[in-house]
Amino acid sequence: MSERMIVRDSASSANPKTYWTRKRREQWAGWVFIAPEVIGLIGLSLFPLLSSLVLSFTEWNLVGGLSAIRFNGVDNFVQLFKDDHFILALKNNVLFSAGTVPLTMLIGIVLAALIHKKLYAKTFFKVAFFIPYICSTVAIAAVWQALYHPSKGPLNQLLMQLGISNPPHWLVDTSYSLIAIMIIYIWQILGYQIIIFLAGMSNIPEELYEAAKIDGATGIQQFRRITLPLLGPTTFFLAITSTISSFKVFDLIKFLTNGGPNYSSTVIVYQIYEEGFERFRMGYASAMSWALFLMILLVTSITWMTQSRKVHQ
Amino acid sequence: MSLTRIKPSNVILTVLFAVLSVFFLLPLFWMLSASAKTERDVWTFPIQWIPKEWNLIANFKAVWMGDVSFGLFYMNSIKIAVISTLATILISSMAGYALSKLEFKGRAFVFSLMLAFMMIPEQATLVPRYIMIKEAGLYDTHAALILMGIFSSYFSFLLRQFMASIHDDMLEAAELDGAGFFRVFWNIMLPLSKPILATVGIIKFIWTWNDYQGPLIMLTSTKLFTIPLGMQFFQEEFGTRIAVMMMASVAAIIPLLALFLALQKQVIQGIAIGGVKG
Repeated sequence: MSERMIVRDSASSANPKTYWTRKRREQWAGWVFIAPEVIGLIGLSLFPLLSSLVLSFTEWNLVGGLSAIRFNGVDNFVQLFKDDHFILALKNNVLFSAGTVPLTMLIGIVLAALIHKKLYAKTFFKVAFFIPYICSTVAIAAVWQALYHPSKGPLNQLLMQLGISNPPHWLVDTSYSLIAIMIIYIWQILGYQIIIFLAGMSNIPEELYEAAKIDGATGIQQFRRITLPLLGPTTFFLAITSTISSFKVFDLIKFLTNGGPNYSSTVIVYQIYEEGFERFRMGYASAMSWALFLMILLVTSITWMTQSRKVHQ
Repeated sequence: MSLTRIKPSNVILTVLFAVLSVFFLLPLFWMLSASAKTERDVWTFPIQWIPKEWNLIANFKAVWMGDVSFGLFYMNSIKIAVISTLATILISSMAGYALSKLEFKGRAFVFSLMLAFMMIPEQATLVPRYIMIKEAGLYDTHAALILMGIFSSYFSFLLRQFMASIHDDMLEAAELDGAGFFRVFWNIMLPLSKPILATVGIIKFIWTWNDYQGPLIMLTSTKLFTIPLGMQFFQEEFGTRIAVMMMASVAAIIPLLALFLALQKQVIQGIAIGGVKG
């Protein structure tokens, strides 16, 4: 209840009738202004989420039309755990997150600290490292596909020149396809991590560093004793959002490997795509969608719980 | 930090970083140089960073003047990105205005609903949305893509936060002059929210321009393809012609890169305040 209410009351006290009609008009206006967004989100986000829960208990091949829907209880979820491709996808998702998130955060925080504290032309470096992040993932994927070419690509030519006679075949190599995609992903999101860390660092009061300098603290001590602890919330935020985004990786995999060779680079969202939009098994794809949704909820709640415990200590 | 006097160690570090960032961007330099080469020279090793034999015009023609021109994909992408961005700004700022400045029954509930909506991953709703679009007869239309992209609890939240910081005095003054809620919204809220509208607009534009998953699921006719789908089309068509592919990549990246370099402050700020993608 702000000054606004008081102003409104005093303005309307002369005429109670206008006050009430104004209030009613505001009520009405509120709903009109919020309506498009709320209707859109309920219709295109909440309703689909709940529908996919219902669908996840059915067997339905879209090709058969609406009449082909058949409830099959928890069969889809039972099948998930017997589906080698889904289990591989799950494993790849975990590897992917574990291999990209901590590493980019570590490199990101170090580069951000150096850019923030030591470098001239900060904007230049921010922009330079951020460029891959704003580029079309598909266009970037096309570039890396050429770089990764097994026999003629510059990367393997370099490796062979360095004396590695039999370099990995990267995207077409079952043992390296996922790693090759992780490398592109790391390259793409590093700039994002740097930007978020820099935003966090710019909120740390300069006086703290001044005081530390007077006490004779070295740059590394300042980083460990001031920057790191005060970046706690930023780091926490980045850890959650980056983990969640890495769970959703799809574009690179669809464009570069279609999950292959032999499912070696498949991930959950790719499996959802394959089951739902190539095989039209809508029920099974919905069960996978819910598995993904629950995993994301789990990550969020675990991180929130550990975080709140830390705050209480 | 203000660097008042020049420290030699920092100068050296800056130079090292400059070298590092050139290395970091090498894949993009490779793309640029390959887009101007003949197919034979693309693979020459050590890499010819400056092409010996220029083939820029032929590659350009293959991308822009072939049977299927990249220009078509461009027009589709521009159309979808512009309409989606404008609609998102309008819908989200209306919601932001209602949630920050209008008192109505259920506002607190709607606000928490919006926060909860931010948790729903798009990928978990793909299947039903695809079915809905098919049932509505919108499959393989641009309308489907636009409709899927214009409702965002995230942007509404950002706009709500910004608008809540606008002083009520200005709105009061307008109201005393007899302006209704629509005039207040249009003539006062929107102009005062310009900085955040610019940020939201550019970020939404970038996401829409780069979106691959949405068009992949909703479109099937080549003539409707956006740039990322066009890239896939080219890959299937010219997969082995790397120089042509690199020319297409350059074409896909350049407009956004130019936009980003021109508005880097807004983009970086926008990413930093929200920091959630997708």
